Amino acid sequence: MSAVIDNPSHDDHEHHGPTKGIARWLFTTNHKDIGSMYLWFSFAMFLVGGCMALTIRAELFQPGLQLVEPEFFNQMTTMHGLIMVFGAVMPAFVGLANWMIPMMVGAPDMALPRMNNWSFWILPFAFGLLLSTLFMEGGAPNFGWTFYAPLSTTYAPDTVTYFIFGVHMMGISSIMGAINVIATILNMRAPGMTLMKMPLFVWTWLITAFLLIAVMPVLAGVVTMMLMDVHFGTSFFDAAGGGDPVLFQHIFWFFGHPEVYIMILPAFGVVSQIIPTFSRKPLFGYHSMVYAVASIAILSFIVWAHHMFTVGMPLAGELFFMYATMLIAVPTGVKVFNWITTMFRGSLTFEAPMLFSVAFVVLFTIGGFSGLMLAIAPSDFQYHDTYFVVAHFHYVLVPGAIFGIFAAVYYWLPKWCGRMYSEPLAKAHFWLSFIGMNLAFFPMHFLGLAGMPRRIPDYALQFADFNSISSVGAFIFGATQLLFLYLVIKAIRSGEPATDQVWEGAEGLEWTVSSPAPYHTFSTPPEVK
Amino acid sequence: MSAETSYYVPAQSRWPIVATVGLFLTVVGAGSVMNASSAGESTGMSWLTFMIGALIMAYMLFGWFGHVIQESQQGLYSEQMDRSFRWGMSWFIFSEVMFFAAFFGALFYIRVLAVPWIGGEGANTSTGELLWPEFEATWPLMVNPNNELYPGPSALISPWGIPLLNTALLVASSVTITIAHHALKDGDRGKLTLWLGATIALGVVFLYFQGYEYVHAYNDLDLTLSSGIYGTTFFLLTGFHGAHVTLGTLMLIIMFFRVRKGHFDKANHFGFEATAWYWHFVDVVWLGLFFLVYIL
Amino acid sequence: MRSRLVKALSLLLSAIYAADVSAEYGLNMPRGVTDISHSVYDLHMTIFWICVAIGVVVFGVMFYSIFKHRKSKGAVASNFHENTTIEIIWTIVPVIILVVMAIPATKTLVEMYDTSDADVDIKITGYQWKWRYEYLGSGVDFFSNMSTPKEEIYNAQEKNENYLLEVDNELVVPVGKKIRFLITANDVIHSWWIPDFAVKKDAIPGFINESWTRINEPGVYRGQCTELCGKDHGFMPVVVRVVEQSEYDDWLAQKQEEAKAAAELAKLTFTLEEQMERGEKVYATNCAACHQPNGQGIPPAFPSLVGTEIATKLLDKHIEVVVDGVAGSAMQAYGGQLSEVDIAAVITYERNAWGNDTGDNVSAKDIVDYKNK
Ligand code: HEA
Ligand code: HEA
Ligand code: HEC
Ligand code: CUA
Ligand SMILES: [Cu+2]
Repeated sequence: MSAVIDNPSHDDHEHHGPTKGIARWLFTTNHKDIGSMYLWFSFAMFLVGGCMALTIRAELFQPGLQLVEPEFFNQMTTMHGLIMVFGAVMPAFVGLANWMIPMMVGAPDMALPRMNNWSFWILPFAFGLLLSTLFMEGGAPNFGWTFYAPLSTTYAPDTVTYFIFGVHMMGISSIMGAINVIATILNMRAPGMTLMKMPLFVWTWLITAFLLIAVMPVLAGVVTMMLMDVHFGTSFFDAAGGGDPVLFQHIFWFFGHPEVYIMILPAFGVVSQIIPTFSRKPLFGYHSMVYAVASIAILSFIVWAHHMFTVGMPLAGELFFMYATMLIAVPTGVKVFNWITTMFRGSLTFEAPMLFSVAFVVLFTIGGFSGLMLAIAPSDFQYHDTYFVVAHFHYVLVPGAIFGIFAAVYYWLPKWCGRMYSEPLAKAHFWLSFIGMNLAFFPMHFLGLAGMPRRIPDYALQFADFNSISSVGAFIFGATQLLFLYLVIKAIRSGEPATDQVWEGAEGLEWTVSSPAPYHTFSTPPEVK
Repeated sequence: MSAETSYYVPAQSRWPIVATVGLFLTVVGAGSVMNASSAGESTGMSWLTFMIGALIMAYMLFGWFGHVIQESQQGLYSEQMDRSFRWGMSWFIFSEVMFFAAFFGALFYIRVLAVPWIGGEGANTSTGELLWPEFEATWPLMVNPNNELYPGPSALISPWGIPLLNTALLVASSVTITIAHHALKDGDRGKLTLWLGATIALGVVFLYFQGYEYVHAYNDLDLTLSSGIYGTTFFLLTGFHGAHVTLGTLMLIIMFFRVRKGHFDKANHFGFEATAWYWHFVDVVWLGLFFLVYIL
Repeated sequence: MRSRLVKALSLLLSAIYAADVSAEYGLNMPRGVTDISHSVYDLHMTIFWICVAIGVVVFGVMFYSIFKHRKSKGAVASNFHENTTIEIIWTIVPVIILVVMAIPATKTLVEMYDTSDADVDIKITGYQWKWRYEYLGSGVDFFSNMSTPKEEIYNAQEKNENYLLEVDNELVVPVGKKIRFLITANDVIHSWWIPDFAVKKDAIPGFINESWTRINEPGVYRGQCTELCGKDHGFMPVVVRVVEQSEYDDWLAQKQEEAKAAAELAKLTFTLEEQMERGEKVYATNCAACHQPNGQGIPPAFPSLVGTEIATKLLDKHIEVVVDGVAGSAMQAYGGQLSEVDIAAVITYERNAWGNDTGDNVSAKDIVDYKNK
């Protein structure tokens, strides 16, 4: 364990290549290794969470109970939500941050490389713990990913204890990861890389990291309160002792709403990198993009109770949260308009990253519109806890967060592994995903409006047709992801060699280094004009 | 903006994975201790898992920090590295602030909204009338809505006894740590040792009084975790604060030994400073507690 | 892959076509039968069309560039990347649009919150997994359980048209009157919803939420519990029958009669066979959801009642558990939910069914005695 100084005055870096075998991954302090591990882990979780989604969709293919019992169905819904949110989307973005932020700001690595490794390795253990509850007596958590008390306290299966500790572990991992990102961005930028010159992906991550540090401890706080209620006789969420079940929801959503922006802001960043590249034109309104992201983040702290319009808040509260929520449409709109104006009078080509980004803009906006409808409190009385909400959040999460991640992977994969993916396969992946995903989630709007509640294993007959369409779409979308896995592996093993610049219109520090990027990038900081 | 041309990138390290395994065993152990004792089963194996995890964590902390200290002593850290540590520590403290904010927020909500609602105030008159006709909303809550399930406390802790004393102790300790810090900057090791030692003593005395007060609350006042929402918020807020004071005191003790070993110099002593920041943070939280939990 | 795609697409097309032909397939929110539900519907449609309009403009510009400004068509990129005027415009205009939306929304919301001057007060309590309706001031108080048979759910029998949306006891209310709902819960959070009234309110244990409605047309209206409340959250329908005032008065009087008759019943004694027959029904509606029709339960969440200590030996404990429930578990206190006759019957049933064969015949008097202890 001797300390090695990475001293750039010795211009020879041979001995800094990766070590071989499992030790490389267990002990690594290299941001690229850690980024890769995050990305692979996230994809594995996406498949696991996706299989749970397919279990849900298979059961809902037709009315009646055929494949699973209601108890197990609830476990699937809960675990699907938890795994997708905490296991698939968040780690994927942290993986991208690890790979790209040091390269984009001209740093040799993350600011705190050992802690970086720790942040990653906590995750497989946390999710191992969470998944193991499926095999324990009493079954996995079954109270929804929002785990409202008292269903998740007094009435929960015993495994709730492990769920709570699992959440604690994820929280520790996220907070450390976020601290690392902030320290890297604030402290490790190359000379000349002023804040207002940073690529938007870096900006969005800076703000995301701030959100993470602000709200993950709140989540830790609320699960701790649950733990106390379950095992130590406290009465946070029990009116009999002077507490209130709704208190849980307030604290949860104080975390939960910023959390949904944590899942979208980095995708905004990705798209803001890709659209200018394939439009061969600088991003329109760079400054307003930065301010918009900051406004979204700030507003996200004062809108949480829009998830709770039906809990019986006083009228004044209801109005406040309605108005504040509606306001978020303004900065988000600014972003959408800027992307479109960037494309306007550009010189557009449509490689896979661009296809996913364009789909992102359109479909995310549709999800945003349904979000705005949900924000209107009186109408939300009708939408709340129906499939309309499920449609809304899958539109912002699947073609939002997930497409953003796909776009980023296609965009930067050549830089990571030095090889190109197959464009025809990627186009097939795009179109099948696009069709499958719309088929799966668009009919859910109709279902919700017609009155189908969410989190039910069986439904009334008038919902049958749209449910079967949705299930077919889900299977198309799911199967398509195997194609993605195949094409990524194929690219890594036998793709065409990529140039350093990779994309004709690409700009930024990451494109100035060779493809694949050397194990240690900028050990001497680059000069940024 | 930085102008350095040299970065320190640490070599591979086994500490993170050791830390992960330790953390995992600790939480799995703790979880199964809780589950087993709630179910009335034997907790032997669970305690064992927990202890092994905790030991690994302790080993890791010594190893990891020891390693960092060693690197620092070798002069491997540039000013930039120092700044990374500073950012890291500041944001860590911010995350702790948010953790306490969740509990203070809960206290606020309970006092200002939930308890009055149960008592039938606001728009929720029927809650009081139909569900809890006997209940009267007061704070502190001596009689709970369902006083059989959650028997309320018989008396409360007066803020003007031990809590006031504890406030004085912690405020004083914030002063002593600052004196110690100045001494360190002046290179006066004797003074540093003295005032650092005094800070530790104040922390330990604080903790002693806190423990004494808990025993008193449980034995004489029927003020417990399960005596309704007052006991709930009281113990959770002061308890987590106490846990942080314990951690802070441990950190101070480690700093004390490092000072004795001759670590730190006038310019480079971030370990010490981070501990001092943490200590001030703990102090500020206490002031919040003193006003919001004890006095108001 | 392709054939699946074709199948899915044709399914989608046929569904849209079917939606045209038959009103059965709801594509949109129902307009409902109250003034409030009409305001909500109008609000919903207004905002929907505003969003569509914005979408058309925004996506219009986007697709214009996608088609016209392609590199393959020889488009050359220009270099503009800032224009303060337009950026200010597209910040202000959305704000104005939002204000336009907020005005009717606020108006409707204020109306929804005005629960004063009600003609009928009904307390609604959510239980795992049924609703209880108490007509305040009239002594009428009953439970409403889903009545769809297991056979239909498990596809052993053709599903009827109100599959999952039917109950044994409907909530009956008069048309044209302002009805105030006092909504609460006994265990976990539930949510009471009738789409046609645009009333949805969470039922929070320990708190009462108020809501109201005034229904314009008689009829039967159906909804569901909309807050995840455990295993049978999907099987907790809400059915309201709206009738003319006179019919409502008759119904109320009849319910009061029934309550009296039930009290009389407690004085009679029954044979074991009669008890078993009644007990089996009570068990099926109240207990089978957790302890299962075969009494085996779903351990460890819901214990088995077959051959256990409590179900075969400890009679007092058995009565205690059923009457008072088990605090902090899903086992509710049935003392306040079922009549003494029904409790006696179900305990008798449990002690003799599934091979428990104790021969015990518990009488309503035993239950009354226990309660008075
Ligand atoms: C990535 C995640 C993500 C994102 C970005 C959003 C974005 C938004 N969400 Fe969503 N939401 C979720 C994830 C997300 N949401 C999840 C997971 C849930 C359910 C949780 C659960 O219960 O399980 C949820 C639920 C949810 C609810 C609660 C519904 C209910 O349970 O009853 C509400 C209510 O207000 C809401 C509103 C909004 C709004 C107003 C936005 C806005 O940010 C959208 C802004 C965007 C636009 C409006 C489009 C672009 C703008 C323009 C083109 C400008 C012009 C437009 C106008 C002036 C109209 N969301
Ligand atoms: C980022 C988050 C995210 C993502 C990506 C997804 C992705 C998907 N989600 Fe969902 N979802 C949530 C977040 C997310 N979801 C949340 C938060 C909830 C709320 C939970 C709650 O109520 O508590 C929810 C709830 C939810 C429901 C409602 C459940 C209910 O109310 O009972 C449904 C129902 O259809 C659903 C479906 C899907 C489907 C079909 C996908 C698909 O996109 C998944 C596609 C992926 C795969 C299928 C895996 C890859 C493929 C393979 C492993 C190959 C094998 C497959 C074949 C051979 C076909 N999700
Ligand atoms: C919502 C679920 C639910 C319903 C409905 C329910 N029970 Fe239970 N029951 C439970 C649970 C959970 C327990 C275990 C309580 C405990 O000991 O923690 C239990 C325990 C019992 C026991 C004690 C069994 C033992 O060995 O400890 C009896 C007897 C019983 N129930 C009878 C009934 C009867 C009679 C009904 C209907 C009138 C009924 N239950 C309805 C959930 C339910
Ligand atoms: Cu009751 Cu869902
Ligand atoms: Cu939200």
